[in-house]
Amino acid sequence: MWLWFHKLGSPKYFYTLAGKLIPWFGWITLLLVLAGLYGGLILAPTDYQQGESYRIIYIHVPAAWMSLFIYIVMAICGAIGLIWKMKMADIIASSSAPIGAAFTFLALVTGSLWGKPMWGTWWTWDARLTSELILLFLYLGFMGLQSAIVDRRTAANACAVLALVGVVNIPIIHYSVEWWNTLHQGSTVMRMDKPAMDTRMLIPLLLMWLSSQFYYGTVLMMRARNEVLDRERDTGWVKELAMEGK
Amino acid sequence: MGLPDFGKYAFYVWTSYGIAAFVMIINLVLPMLKRKEILKTLNRKLRREQSKS
Repeated sequence: MWLWFHKLGSPKYFYTLAGKLIPWFGWITLLLVLAGLYGGLILAPTDYQQGESYRIIYIHVPAAWMSLFIYIVMAICGAIGLIWKMKMADIIASSSAPIGAAFTFLALVTGSLWGKPMWGTWWTWDARLTSELILLFLYLGFMGLQSAIVDRRTAANACAVLALVGVVNIPIIHYSVEWWNTLHQGSTVMRMDKPAMDTRMLIPLLLMWLSSQFYYGTVLMMRARNEVLDRERDTGWVKELAMEGK
Repeated sequence: MGLPDFGKYAFYVWTSYGIAAFVMIINLVLPMLKRKEILKTLNRKLRREQSKS
């Protein structure tokens, strides 16, 4: 296990391994998306209260879950980077930020597209919506900070601190629907008792969530590989790779 | 097999899926292009250095 951990810290090993894994992750993502879409758009029945509009949840809910998950990954990487000075942790954190921002953006936009016919408004300053918007700003702030600081180590440290401070927002988003009397509905899946949802609706949702996880893995590895290439451009193996013209 | 009909919500549902597909695809394509660009730039730089020496 430790040997593997050290190997993964080696940029060349990571680059090669990720290169092999990316196509697998990509295909798994595609299969899961197709299964999820088929289940969600064709097999799942119409909701008795929300009609067909509820089908937006197959994008909205996985995107919102991913927006929280990816931020937590970034905060953990930030802590690892600050404590053990592991370069891979910085690379994973900075490669995750744009993906997390994309999921947050999708959660907000699809929520808005659902809110218009259901609540009668595109936007409201509800606790859940506002805290999710703050999350988007945290992601964008992270990315801005990253690109504003030229020195890599300083940038990584500053971003790690930002990620760790911002992590307080995560429980706020999660519990916002319980702490405040919000317009946003409460949780239907993550409950102490069983999910309050028909299985034919629930299974596609879980498939879409799983596909989002694999999608995140795919894009994360692609971005991290680029980051590795860029950082290691003066080393022999990257030069060889560039000369092969691949 | 045609697309399912979501009645009066069709616009909201399909716009959501459309935007999501667009964002997801862009996020896949950008790193691919970036990788090619990094290697190409490096390749050019190395060739220049080689021809100098």
